[in-house]
Amino acid sequence: MKKIATLALVTALLATTAHAQEKMTLNVAVFPSLDSSIKAILPAWNKKYPNVAIKLQTQEIGDHHTAMTTALATGQGLPDVMAVEIGWVGKFAEGKGLEDMNKAPYNAAQYKKLFTPFTIAQATSADKRFVGMPTDIGPGTFLYRKDILDKAGVKPETMMKDWDSYIAAGKVIKAKTGASLINAAGGIYGVVSRTNLKPGEGIYFDSKNNLLVGPDNARFVRAFTLAKQVRDAGLDAKIGEWSNEWYDAFKKGTVATQFSGAWLTGALQNWMAPDTKGLWRVQNLPEGGYASWGGTFYAIPTAAKNKAMAWEFIKFMTLNQEAQLKAFTDNGAFPALLTAQNDTIFSQGVPFLGDQKARVLWRDAARKTQPIDVNKYDSVADQIVNTELTNVLEQGKDIKKALADARTQILRRAR
Amino acid sequence: MQKHLPLTPSPPRRRWSYDRFQQRFAPYIFTSPFFILFLIFGLFPLAFSLFLAFHLWNPLDGLGNWQYVGWENFALALGAEDQFWVALKNTVWIGLLAGIPQHLVALPLAFIINQSLRRWQGGISTILFLPYITNAVAITIVFGMLYSENLGLLNYALSVVGLGPVRWLAQPDLVPVSVAVVVFWRYVGWNVILYLSGLQAISEDVYEAATVDGATKVQKFFFITLPLLRPMMFYAFTLTIVGNMQLFEEPFIMVGQAGGSGGTALTSAMHIYNVAFRDLDMGYGSAMAWLLFLAIFVLSMINNFLFSRDGGRS
Repeated sequence: MKKIATLALVTALLATTAHAQEKMTLNVAVFPSLDSSIKAILPAWNKKYPNVAIKLQTQEIGDHHTAMTTALATGQGLPDVMAVEIGWVGKFAEGKGLEDMNKAPYNAAQYKKLFTPFTIAQATSADKRFVGMPTDIGPGTFLYRKDILDKAGVKPETMMKDWDSYIAAGKVIKAKTGASLINAAGGIYGVVSRTNLKPGEGIYFDSKNNLLVGPDNARFVRAFTLAKQVRDAGLDAKIGEWSNEWYDAFKKGTVATQFSGAWLTGALQNWMAPDTKGLWRVQNLPEGGYASWGGTFYAIPTAAKNKAMAWEFIKFMTLNQEAQLKAFTDNGAFPALLTAQNDTIFSQGVPFLGDQKARVLWRDAARKTQPIDVNKYDSVADQIVNTELTNVLEQGKDIKKALADARTQILRRAR
Repeated sequence: MQKHLPLTPSPPRRRWSYDRFQQRFAPYIFTSPFFILFLIFGLFPLAFSLFLAFHLWNPLDGLGNWQYVGWENFALALGAEDQFWVALKNTVWIGLLAGIPQHLVALPLAFIINQSLRRWQGGISTILFLPYITNAVAITIVFGMLYSENLGLLNYALSVVGLGPVRWLAQPDLVPVSVAVVVFWRYVGWNVILYLSGLQAISEDVYEAATVDGATKVQKFFFITLPLLRPMMFYAFTLTIVGNMQLFEEPFIMVGQAGGSGGTALTSAMHIYNVAFRDLDMGYGSAMAWLLFLAIFVLSMINNFLFSRDGGRS
């Protein structure tokens, strides 16, 4: 009798504590359009954890990362879960404010093999701490207007064989249709500089923090040279990305091709140029190049209040196949989870791309993408190199001189 | 003699009295919000940035994880190859492009309004003041549409008269001019208002005397208005120097964080922001902020020197 009473008491106690623990609010700081992905999955979350309310703090991507930087600096106002975009993950990984998910209680090592391999490297610091679980990725892709290429009599397969045939095709397109090959010559630099990297290399630095930019680096010389060839041949429309001219070019078909992440298809379809449905197709990057073009991670600040539940939330968002697919279909967030990539949805055609089976192509591209080492001075190098590229394109500065100048400037800053 | 006795007895000591409180403590209490806010949001950041200027600190490492580096941050910025100089050069160039026309236009305009358009002065002042109080984001978006290469009004107007499209916000040597036009447009009205108030402080008698002596309008402008307006000119010049040296929002929104094509509109304030919040090198950013302060101080002093020397002569 006594035993039963004790058991009942213990059970009652356990029930109340469990109940008390579960009733909580989890603060999740994100940026658009990740918030839409989360909102799409929230009903499923609420079903599993009815007592854990999710409070989303959404800010524009730049503001979000500035706010997170400030919060990490002071340890104040930190969310339980923090979204980190690919452009920031390298810097955030090198800082000391995020939990190392390799360690207990997370033990994330067991989950790493479930994700597209290169994303794990992106979220791993130089001293091997793993700070972010990948949720979506951006396989690099080449979008082109089929109607314009057809009109010019250009075959996409031959066009994408190598960069020389890409430029040669551009000349034909310009002559026969009047359309520009690409929005800006700098885009060529963007692709060439980040594809076919050797193991242990990042875009600007290698894994031992040696600067790769310089007049002797074949990759940068080639990237600059090809960009200049495009500019000199008058093949680029000289318009920046994310500008009104850019959207207008998509709508009117004045630019024939665009290098980007697979996610651009969703943006084109949803708001940039919905009327061009069926006119676009995709291919892999030239010369068999593969590149990561965007991606998002979830991290837990070391000073967060509800780390255990934060980890549950992250696992739910990243390891749950249905959640990943929901974000993909609703929002175009390409799943980082490998099993989600095996869903039947991947063998279906994409209506916007004329029912092309583009998702399989992107999946293969993502799996072939090699990890790129990130460095905390990447943003410094990026700005300096891009300024020198403009000097080459706009003012005819010598390429070797421009790269030498860029090297000098970056070396001063990377200390 | 009795009526010379004090009419009110002095309040007894140690007893709380509203009058006493008002006299002795109320001023401190009523002015304290400013001092408290200044200590938290003014003095502390100043001191902290001076501290950081001598340290290497990545904010993601959290408070306390800084490393003393002495004058290294300053030496880094002052090195001949450094972007600090490029940004400073851009800032001064945009400042001159926007600042000089501002005063060349504002001064005669204020004179004309004051002399001939007095009746509509209120209305004109309101219109001139509007750009100054309008949100910078709205302004730059509107100008972005005017400058747009293929869709903009400016290029449309040029095409009507048969001129080719101009790449206002893409050609490196044009970008600073395009930004300066916006800055000019935004602050010219503010300067007109300053000069108007200065002009109205000049006594009518002086002008009347000059009229009696047969002075022309031009003579009145150069021999009466300009000399008497010198204190206001000094004030307006100082504000322009300080404002233009800290230029941030217009170029930041118009051409982006990197300062546009070739970085030719990357101002010092933008460069400091990028270094501190994008590259997360707080120490180097703070050191440059103090160097920018020094540059503004020196320019203001030169301005002061030029005015006081001229002022002594007249």
